[in-house]
Amino acid sequence: MTPELGHFALALAVALACAQAVLPLWGAHNRDPRLMASGPALALGQLIALATSFGCLVWSGVTDDFSVSNVARYSSSLEPLFYKITGTWGNHEGSILLWCLILALCGGVVAVFGRDLPSALRARVIGVLGFTSAGFLLFALTASNPFTRVWPPPIQGQSINPLLQDPGLAMHPPILYAGYVGFAIPFAFAVAALLEGRVDAAWGRWVRPWTLAAWCLLTCGIALGSWWSYYVLGWGGYWFWDPVENASLLPWLTGTALLHSAIVVEKREALKIWTVLLAIGTFSLSLSGTFLVRSGLLNSVHTFASDPTRGVFILALLAIVIGGSLLLFALRAPVLSAAGVFAPVSREGAIVLNNILLCSLAAVVLTGTMYPPMAELLFGAKLSVGPPYFHDTVIPLVAPLFAAMSLGPILPWKRADLGAALMKLWWAALAAALVGIAVGFGVRDAFAALGLTAATWMILGAAAQLVERTRLFRLPWRASRERLGAQPLAVWGAAVAHAGMGVTIAGIAGMALASSSVVAVKTGQTVALGGYDWTLLGLHNAPGPDYVSRVADLRVTRDGRQVALMHPARHDFTVQHQNISDASIITNGMRDLYAVLGDERDGQVVLRLHVNLMAPWIWLGALVMALGGGLSLADRRLRVGAPARRRRAAQTVPAE
Amino acid sequence: MTRLFAAILVLLALTGGAHAVSDPAEMLANPVLEHRAEALGSQLRCLVCQNESVEQSNADLAKDLRRIIRQRIVAGESDRQVMAWMVARYGDFIRLSPPFDAMTLLLWFAPAIAVASGVGAALLARRGRAAPPAPLSVAEREHLDALLDP
Amino acid sequence: MEALTRRRLLMLGPLAIAAGAGGAGAALLLRMQEGRYDPHALPSMLIGKKLPVFTLPGQPPSAGFSSADVTARGRPAVVNFFASWCVPCVEEAPTLAALKRDGVPLWGIAYKDKADATAGFLDRHGDPYVRVARDESGTVGIDFGLYGVPESYLVDASGIVRWRWAGGLSPDIVHQDLLPKMRALA
Repeated sequence: MTPELGHFALALAVALACAQAVLPLWGAHNRDPRLMASGPALALGQLIALATSFGCLVWSGVTDDFSVSNVARYSSSLEPLFYKITGTWGNHEGSILLWCLILALCGGVVAVFGRDLPSALRARVIGVLGFTSAGFLLFALTASNPFTRVWPPPIQGQSINPLLQDPGLAMHPPILYAGYVGFAIPFAFAVAALLEGRVDAAWGRWVRPWTLAAWCLLTCGIALGSWWSYYVLGWGGYWFWDPVENASLLPWLTGTALLHSAIVVEKREALKIWTVLLAIGTFSLSLSGTFLVRSGLLNSVHTFASDPTRGVFILALLAIVIGGSLLLFALRAPVLSAAGVFAPVSREGAIVLNNILLCSLAAVVLTGTMYPPMAELLFGAKLSVGPPYFHDTVIPLVAPLFAAMSLGPILPWKRADLGAALMKLWWAALAAALVGIAVGFGVRDAFAALGLTAATWMILGAAAQLVERTRLFRLPWRASRERLGAQPLAVWGAAVAHAGMGVTIAGIAGMALASSSVVAVKTGQTVALGGYDWTLLGLHNAPGPDYVSRVADLRVTRDGRQVALMHPARHDFTVQHQNISDASIITNGMRDLYAVLGDERDGQVVLRLHVNLMAPWIWLGALVMALGGGLSLADRRLRVGAPARRRRAAQTVPAE
Repeated sequence: MTRLFAAILVLLALTGGAHAVSDPAEMLANPVLEHRAEALGSQLRCLVCQNESVEQSNADLAKDLRRIIRQRIVAGESDRQVMAWMVARYGDFIRLSPPFDAMTLLLWFAPAIAVASGVGAALLARRGRAAPPAPLSVAEREHLDALLDP
Repeated sequence: MEALTRRRLLMLGPLAIAAGAGGAGAALLLRMQEGRYDPHALPSMLIGKKLPVFTLPGQPPSAGFSSADVTARGRPAVVNFFASWCVPCVEEAPTLAALKRDGVPLWGIAYKDKADATAGFLDRHGDPYVRVARDESGTVGIDFGLYGVPESYLVDASGIVRWRWAGGLSPDIVHQDLLPKMRALA
């Protein structure tokens, strides 16, 4: 019964999405207030229907209803409850349904929080969201339906891939998709603005909170995926430039550019065309990423069960959504005119540089990822592009980006004196140089030295933003403190986010100094690595819910004092005949101790040991960046797309 | 067909044991040579597993290739010779960093082309911008004042 | 050119790029469906080159053989790598048996397999080979550019590799590719 209900709710959602796509846009075109007002209601209706559908799928998994083929193929009754729930999105059909749910959520969120938007704009935004939803829901209903049944139902499901039975990976898709799909809202705003034929400062202000929210979620999603790789895959790597990882990085890069560009539209009414193009481009990259991952075109660790027929459907969907929006852009954008003029050296100029560098980074990552299939198509050559290529090309691009990151926020709008601005940062530059020299001579690793120099520059540069605004040391202490308190949250947000990037870079640089070793030890034997002594105490077996573990007990000491007791393990999954390694990681915020259990032979146990310096900072930095984004989001000036409450009565109605 | 082959590949990957640890007995005694071997291994793609290097992978084929790399380094071959040996058997696909030749020009020049296009677009946009409106003439200013303060 | 027209052309850029990418994507998908594109497959470097030189011990009771032996009779032949632990090898066994009946010389190399396991495999699924050799270390396989089993190499009378199939041979592949090529070489 429940799967039938879910199936029906899905079909209902399709119908509502189609209505949502047509009616509000028609209403905005004809300036019909009733049709325009139908938008929010339809969006909420679609959300409720889809939430019901998704809930039914989750319920089928929880109750072990193996007559639903999706549950039979990807779940089993032996799994813990948590994984029965999260396993709903651990496969193709379920994850598409999750995607659609989040898209519907976007529509609902605009319906609820977008009340202060002009009705025509809101109607158009919801209409565009409905159009995209309709396309994906049709795909879900026809080509990738999670509610198909299998009869007779098997007694036991084939169970989820053991690699996915992990809390980090279980939560990774929802957060990542929320980021990916969240960029649909700025996309809808861009298309709506093109349909209206007007991009102005107000539009810039309205677009920013949605972009920030999506950006924060995407940052967290990518960081979570990277962290999961680190602690599961067993040799301390955290980014492989795998095509699927690159597909998530691309919208993040252009999304960051979009974030900054929207500021210029709001403050100076310039860079309108850039911003609209970035909004369309970011969501296009999200969609293309979906296509690439599910089509099987790429050589990747993450491929889902690839099915070329699904690929055709998604490609057609992409052609309509992306092609349509870019065509609209080509038709309408040329008449958008900028009002603000600015000199090359100014904050706007710095943001233009930022845009160019971020988009170049995106172009390089895209080229590297797509080159193998393209080369095969055009030249018949079989090439592969891996991490060494990306290191060689990305690092020269991020270097000027990091340098400019601290300088940009210090520059005034419209016209700036570069020399004067640089003088304001003299202390940050000095500190960065000192750190670089100290690290360089201390550990003799160029990568680590440069990385930590950049990190210091970025973190102190972020602090410099606040120092400048409070005129620290130029005004009395109390006056500076008052100014600090009076700073809007957006200023704090920007400083914290920039500092967060510095923290991540520091972590990456520190990892270059990690020590690691693969050793074969007997019980009772001690090995020295990275300033610690590692002793194997023994091995034992331990049962788990659907696996049997072999666990090693490892004692780590430093100068005789016990630092940690580690239990790296290996899980043998009975149903799928697969072994999964469970690395043991002990962190103290500044370094990770990392141990992996390997083979046992001739009475010896093979262990892989790492001391990863500053590894936690990589993900801590991402968290700080997201926090910065959150602070900006909390700034009242951004969230409410209108003046403060007490002046609501004076708010003008658009002359339409 | 490809599904069958995928099954072979999976089987190969699993028979090596899904342990993400390599054997310390593999490592060379000489740390300098071992470092070279690891660097070379990181430049080669493991053909059985997806998107891992020969150094990282725990597949049988990767183990064999690691052993061969070390044998050849100990025998005195240079990095370039070992790489050429691998490419002769598996093609450019085994290289994680593609060679620099006529086919990969676009790939290697991508950063430069991207930045140049961006700067070019920005310059074009500046030039194409409409000039700000001319300041008001005296007659126009008087007309405006009359409208604002009736 | 008028400024506005130049801007219009510039704004068409993104659409043009997206259209190009989309077209390429469609072409790749089409090829994948036809089986002409596989991101995981590797073309053989040996096509058009002589067989790698090797000498391998035999799988008892067969004698071993060398690269020269394969073409000693002056006819095209097929070198087939297999292993007892490989599932598609079991599936291709009937096809290989049919090839033996048709008189195609098959030279088998047991890749990274224990002698008794290989013997058991040949007992269960038949021995279609002229001779069976053992490549226990896998070194000869690497010289061939092998990256999985089974793989089959068609060698002409002078010892040059003309065709390679990675994966199990099926009757379709044999009739569409292998036999026509052998006839062309004879």
